[in-house]
Amino acid sequence: MNIHEYQAKQLLAKFGVPVSKGIACKTADEAGKAYTDLGVPLGVVKAQIHAGGRGKAGGVKLVRSADEAHKVAANLLGKALVTHQTGPEGRVVKTIYVEAGSDIEREMYLAIVMDRGAQAPVIIAAKEGGVDIEELAEHRPEAIARHRVHPVKGVQAFQLRALCKHLGLHGEQAKAGGKLIAALVQAFMALDCSLAEINPLIVTTQGEVKALDAKMSFDDNALFRHKDVLELRDVNEEDPKEVEAKKFDLNYIALTGNIACLVNGAGLAMATMDVIQLKGGMPANFLDVGGGANKTQVTNAFKILLSDANVKGILVNIFGGIMKCDTIAEGVIAAAKEVKLTIPLVVRLEGTNVDLGRKLLQESGLNIQAASSLDDAAEKIVKAIKA
Amino acid sequence: MTVLVDGNTKILCQGFTGEAGMFHSKNSLAYGTKLVAGVTPGKGGQTLEGVPVYDTVREAKQHSGATVSMIYVPAAFTADAICEAVDAEMDLVVVITEGIPVADMAFVKDFMKGTKSRLIGPNCPGIITPVTDKSGCKIGIMPAYIHRPGKVGIVSRSGTLTYEAVFQVTNNGMGQSTCIGIGGDPIKGLDFIDCLKLFQDDKDTEGIIMIGEIGGTAEEEACEFLKQYVKKPVVGFIAGATAPPGKRMGHAGAIISGGKGTAKDKKAAMQRAGVHVCDTPSILGATMKKVLGK
Repeated sequence: MNIHEYQAKQLLAKFGVPVSKGIACKTADEAGKAYTDLGVPLGVVKAQIHAGGRGKAGGVKLVRSADEAHKVAANLLGKALVTHQTGPEGRVVKTIYVEAGSDIEREMYLAIVMDRGAQAPVIIAAKEGGVDIEELAEHRPEAIARHRVHPVKGVQAFQLRALCKHLGLHGEQAKAGGKLIAALVQAFMALDCSLAEINPLIVTTQGEVKALDAKMSFDDNALFRHKDVLELRDVNEEDPKEVEAKKFDLNYIALTGNIACLVNGAGLAMATMDVIQLKGGMPANFLDVGGGANKTQVTNAFKILLSDANVKGILVNIFGGIMKCDTIAEGVIAAAKEVKLTIPLVVRLEGTNVDLGRKLLQESGLNIQAASSLDDAAEKIVKAIKA
Repeated sequence: MTVLVDGNTKILCQGFTGEAGMFHSKNSLAYGTKLVAGVTPGKGGQTLEGVPVYDTVREAKQHSGATVSMIYVPAAFTADAICEAVDAEMDLVVVITEGIPVADMAFVKDFMKGTKSRLIGPNCPGIITPVTDKSGCKIGIMPAYIHRPGKVGIVSRSGTLTYEAVFQVTNNGMGQSTCIGIGGDPIKGLDFIDCLKLFQDDKDTEGIIMIGEIGGTAEEEACEFLKQYVKKPVVGFIAGATAPPGKRMGHAGAIISGGKGTAKDKKAAMQRAGVHVCDTPSILGATMKKVLGK
């Protein structure tokens, strides 16, 4: 799960990461008032969307009066901001963050990521900030310092010293930088983050070290123990079909094709998409109904699949382990009846209670094509939608 | 000989009295698996399905002689359950539970350092060694009836794709030595390399099926190992060739992978290592049959 910059900064501030004063606003009037309330000569108006590249896309502007803050906010609010990460449709701006401006002496890069290779959090730092870190990693990997954080004990003092040296921080700045990195690690570990990125981290002309931007992502599996973080979720930033799917514990990702798939297991779901394309079709989605799906989940999965207007046919591919085939069959039948299914449906079942599942489908009186293998299923559905 | 577990292996089940634990324990018992003890804190002293229940893993091990634990404990409590099994010096801990926080697994891996236990999973179908056409050692959620004893070792990151491979091997008149689902989580127990080594060293395994998927670099590393160590034929498949790049972790995550982790890269690594790569999982069995000349 991702959160907005202003939310990340509020969280990080609680852990002791220095950030500028700021006020989140929903209207242009609020933005104007926020500038006045901050009482600083230079303000920054920042569009809050879950995507990077906001600055270049015109979503971040300096302002020097309440009127200017009002005007800039009015221009941004309610409009789609298109950045290199949003796709061509962009994201509609619903919140504006008005922040006290900083006099920047220089910019750096700092992030922590949960790394599968290290089996622990890893701190990543670069002396150059505001950069495309992927590009830097490719062209000048030596510019990036990496330190593995002990998953229980956290970051060690020698690591903080090495990181500050790499960042070019000395004396009082190194002390402040070390504190900031330690606070970021603490926040990362306490909140079960998968990513915490400060890009840029800055030194001001007054010598302060602080976070100018902040991005945080959380491990979805751990949200059950962070109710406060879960409250920060902004469903406006997510695909409505994916939001609906999440309600029923379904793993759904919208794609651009016209063959909807309902599969159990992420690997088999990916393989099903692969084979559909191999047989000349295009999948409309990735949908993993998971291990222990029940009838309600399958029925709702069907409704979500059919809410996509592009869908011309459905392929159900189930190899049951935890999943019982009769459960799937009951769900498919209930859903097909409820939505009065008119498009072709190919079902391939294998696994626990498979005979019972097949029998239920056969006796349902529905127009369902049975398939004997994944290849067979893909061929049948591709043929059916062309007919 | 087979890999890690055989028909004589005694296992216990943590989370035995829960819904998932009971359902799959019954299936294991029906398949003839020597499931000799259940563990559920606070429920010790009962007997369910003829299996005695204990409060702690240590007690269960002491009284039953089990050497392997199979875990169905809910995700919020799984890390604790794994550590209890490791602390009781179980040889092998098989974790079926999905949805465990990544930080919990990082802690578990740290806790396990210097201990003798091996871990399979989490978020995996488990491990199975078929002994006869209808029985064997089934530690996990795989449908038993698709397995037959035989000479093909299977290792996979994906549960349901493992079943695909198993079923085809069986339908092509072959069987399995042992099948290991290593699980899809980023931080886990045994990886491809560990399993490939076990299969290479097992005299009853003649061929290996390896099923990977996009993300991470475990398959690439395994292919380097294959070149050095594995002499047996390997048939491979990588899921996700057509998956869109979306759902990325963000910039910092991409640094770690350094642009690696695509199906194309993984298939190329497999080809360089001499693996018989399949474009569709539907031909895994037939390919293995051809390779083994059966």
